[in-house]
Amino acid sequence: MLHPRPAGLYCPAGDFHIDPVRPVARALITHGHADHARSGHGAVLATRQTLDIMAIRYGQDFAGQTQVAEGPLRIGDAEVAFHPAGHVLGSAQIAIRTGGRRFTVSGDYCRRANPACAPFEPVPCDVFVTEATFALPVFHHPEPEGQIARLLASVQAFPERAHLVGAYALGKAQRLIALLRAAGWEAPIYIHGALERLCAYHIEQGVDLGPLRPATDDGMTKADFAGQIVIAPPSAFAATWAQRFPDPVICFASGWMQVRARARQRGVELPLVISDHVDWPDLTRTIAELDPEQVWVTHGREEALIRHCTLEGRTARPLNLVGYEDEAE
Amino acid sequence: MQHFARLLESLAFTPARTGKIRHLVTHFRNRPDPERGYALAALTGDLELRKVTPSLLRALVTERVDAELFGYSYDFVGDLAETIALIWPTGAPPEDLPLSQLVGELEQAGKADLPGLIAARLDRLDPSGRHAYLKLATGGLRVGVSARLARAALAEYGTVPATEIEELWHGLTPPYDSLFAWLDGGEKPVSAAHAPFRPVMLSTGTDLDQLGALDPAEYAAEWKWDGIRVQASVDRGTRRLYSRTGEDISASFPDLLDALEFEGTLDGELLVRRGAEVAPFGELQKRLNRKSVGKGLLQSHPAALRLYDALLIEGRDLRADPFTTRRKALEGLRNRFDPDRLDLSPLLAFDTWDDLAALRADPPDAVIEGVMIKRKDSPYTAGRAKGPWFKWKRDPMVVDAVLIYAQRGHGKRSGYYSDFTFALWDGDQLVPVGKAYFGFTDDELKSLDRFVRNNTVERFGPVRSVKPELVLEIAFEGLNRSPRHKSGVAMRFPRIARIRSDKPAAEADRLETLKALLPPAI
Repeated sequence: MLHPRPAGLYCPAGDFHIDPVRPVARALITHGHADHARSGHGAVLATRQTLDIMAIRYGQDFAGQTQVAEGPLRIGDAEVAFHPAGHVLGSAQIAIRTGGRRFTVSGDYCRRANPACAPFEPVPCDVFVTEATFALPVFHHPEPEGQIARLLASVQAFPERAHLVGAYALGKAQRLIALLRAAGWEAPIYIHGALERLCAYHIEQGVDLGPLRPATDDGMTKADFAGQIVIAPPSAFAATWAQRFPDPVICFASGWMQVRARARQRGVELPLVISDHVDWPDLTRTIAELDPEQVWVTHGREEALIRHCTLEGRTARPLNLVGYEDEAE
Repeated sequence: MQHFARLLESLAFTPARTGKIRHLVTHFRNRPDPERGYALAALTGDLELRKVTPSLLRALVTERVDAELFGYSYDFVGDLAETIALIWPTGAPPEDLPLSQLVGELEQAGKADLPGLIAARLDRLDPSGRHAYLKLATGGLRVGVSARLARAALAEYGTVPATEIEELWHGLTPPYDSLFAWLDGGEKPVSAAHAPFRPVMLSTGTDLDQLGALDPAEYAAEWKWDGIRVQASVDRGTRRLYSRTGEDISASFPDLLDALEFEGTLDGELLVRRGAEVAPFGELQKRLNRKSVGKGLLQSHPAALRLYDALLIEGRDLRADPFTTRRKALEGLRNRFDPDRLDLSPLLAFDTWDDLAALRADPPDAVIEGVMIKRKDSPYTAGRAKGPWFKWKRDPMVVDAVLIYAQRGHGKRSGYYSDFTFALWDGDQLVPVGKAYFGFTDDELKSLDRFVRNNTVERFGPVRSVKPELVLEIAFEGLNRSPRHKSGVAMRFPRIARIRSDKPAAEADRLETLKALLPPAI
C-alpha cells in the first residue's frame, strides 16, 4: 500500500511519490528543504507555504502543475490530508488512508515550540513513517531559549568581535532570528544574501523578524560589525565573504552541535544546540503516544530506533531510502 | 562543578591563546577558594586521583542503558566520557556540588566503593557536569590548556610576572590558597620546596648590522648548542632538572640526575652526547616526555649537560654578579664533573664582530646553531630583556617547495586560508614535507588566500587541495628524521620566507636535496 522505490516512498493506490529524490509524474511534498523538495516533477501537491518556498528557490515553473493541499483530498484510491509537522514554515505530515489502513508520513518533524511555524499535530495511524535524524539516546536537545542566552552572553563578553552564526537558510535562520527577538535583541540583525528572500517571505507570512540588514551593506566598515550578530548559511564561512568581519566568533545553530567533535571539526567556537528535528525523548514519546501497529523508519540512525522499538515490543522496519541529507540541519 | 564544567567547555571551543587566558582569568576572579584552586590543579595535572578505567565506566552505563544502543551511540560520538555524559539517564534534579568535594571523594574512595560513588554523582549532574566529572575522574582532561598556559593566566590575573609564578610553582600544592591570596593582593608565599625552579634569562636575536653599534670588548661569546635549554638544581639532597619554562623533566633523565655532583643551580644545554660527539637534536627528542626510561635507551642515548652559567653555588646567590664572575665560579666546579655528563660550553676568542662572524660561518660541530653574545658585566635577570644577551643564529636552511594544501584559519584569520602544506619533488611525485602558518605579511596572506581560492582542485572540510603551481621559499631551523611523515623528514620551525611566483613548480627542490641536509644517521 506504501513502499519504497528508487525515487522515494510510493503509494500505488494514488500513484504518487512522497518527497521523491528524482523527477516523477506526481509528487506530494512534506516541506521545502532541498533534499525533500526537488524541481522537475509533473505535478506537485503541497501546502501553500511549501509551494511558495519551492517557487522562491526554483522559480515559478518548478513543476508542470501545482495544487495547494487544503482539507482531505482524494487521489485515486487513496484519501490524503496534510497536518502541521512543526519542522519549518509550511512543513506537513501527510496522512494517507487506503485499503482500510491509516499511514502517517511525518517527513521531518519537531515538537518544540517554534515561533517560525505551526506546531506539530499528532495524527493517529496504523503505520507511522518517521525520520531518525537524531535517533540516538545521546540526543537531548536543550530548550532553545537557553542557547540564545548563551549567544547573547558571548556577544556581551566579546563586544569587539562580530558573532557569525551559521544557520540553514530555510527554517533555522528565521527561527533563530525570531528567538533572538523574543529574547529582547532589538538591534538590526545582519543576514547573508542567501537568506534575504526566505526571510522576506516569513515576514510576509506574519513571522516577526524585526529589522534585518544585508551583511554586505557597502556603508558598513569592518569595525561597524563589532558587537553585531550576523546570520549566514554555514557554507559562507569558507568564502571571502567572512573576511569582512572583525575577528568573528564562529557560531553554528544545529542539533549536531551537541557532539563536541562535530563542533570542533567545523571550527565552531560557540556551538548552539538548536534543532528543528525531534530529539530522542521526543521521538520515542511520539511513537509511544501514537502507539501505531508498525513503525517505518525513513532516514537517519535507523538501527538505533529499530532497536528501541524492538525493546519496546513494537514492529519496526527500515525503509532504506536514499538521498536525504542529515547534515542539512 | 557547574562553573568548572562551563570553563572546560569554553576552553575546548576557544581556539586562540588569548581567549583561553581570558576564560581562565574570569574563572579565577569569580570562583572562591578552594574551588578555583582545584580547577587549576585539574588543568595543570597536579591532582592525584584514583584513576577510573574505561571498563568500569562501560559497566556502569550498560547497567542503565541497553548495550546495543550504547554501542551505536559511542560509535557516533567517538568519545567515551562524552557518550556517557550525554546518554546517562537523568533522574533527580541536578545539584551543584563543589569541585573540592568531588575531588576529595575521588581521592579517598576505596576501589570497591568507586563504581557506586561515580554512579551516584552522575545521577545528580547535568550533561556538561557529567562530562567534566568523567574527564576529571579518568584524568584525561585534554581541553587544550597546558600547565604553562594556566600559569600565564595566573600571572595575568594577579598582574605579576609569569616568571614569579614559575619560580614558586614547584613548592605549591593544590588548592593553592597561598598563591591566590598573593595574587589577590596579599603576601607573596615563600617557596618551601627544595631545589625550586628559578626563572631563566633569555636572549634576543641580532645580526651584524646591530652588533656594529656595540663594543666587542664588552662582550663574551660562546656557541649556541642545538639541544634544550635547561636548569639543573641540587639543594640539600634534592636534584631537579627543569625546562626553561619550569617544567620538571627530572624523570626523563635519571642518568644525568645521577651526575649532578654539586650544590647549586646551573644553566646549560641538555644534549645527547657520546664522548666528544654531540648527537643531533632528533636523538634528544627520543628522550623527552618519558615517565620512565628503559635501560637500552639510557645506553644508546646518554644525556649530558653543557653548562653556560651559574645562578647559585653552595647557597650563594650569584645572580646579581656580572657574567664574568659567575663564569669563574662555574669553572671552579669543573673538577667535580664527570666529563661524560657535564662540561662547560667553551668561550670563543674574538676581537671584532667580523672575527665572530667568521666563527659563526664555520662552526666546529654540526649541532651548533649559532653564537650567543653576552655582556660581560650583565647580571642574570629573569626573562627576555633586550640587550645583555643576544643570539646570533646561523642563517636558516631554505628550500623551494610547492604549495599543495591549504586550511582555513580562525579568529582574525577567519575566512582566510592561512595554514599551508607544501611538498617537494620525489621522481615525478610531490611529497608533502611540512606545514607553515607564519612568516608572511598580511598582504602576502591575502595573495596566498586568493591563489588558494582560484586554484582549488578538491575540498575536504576546511582543507582545500590546490593546483601544484605556486612555489614557496620555506625557511627552517633544522631537520630530523621522522618515520611518522611520508617524506621521512620533519622540519623545525618551518615558515614561509618568500612567495616565489617567479619560479615554475617544476623547478622546485627535490626531496633528495632536503634529505642531504639531514644530520648523519647513527
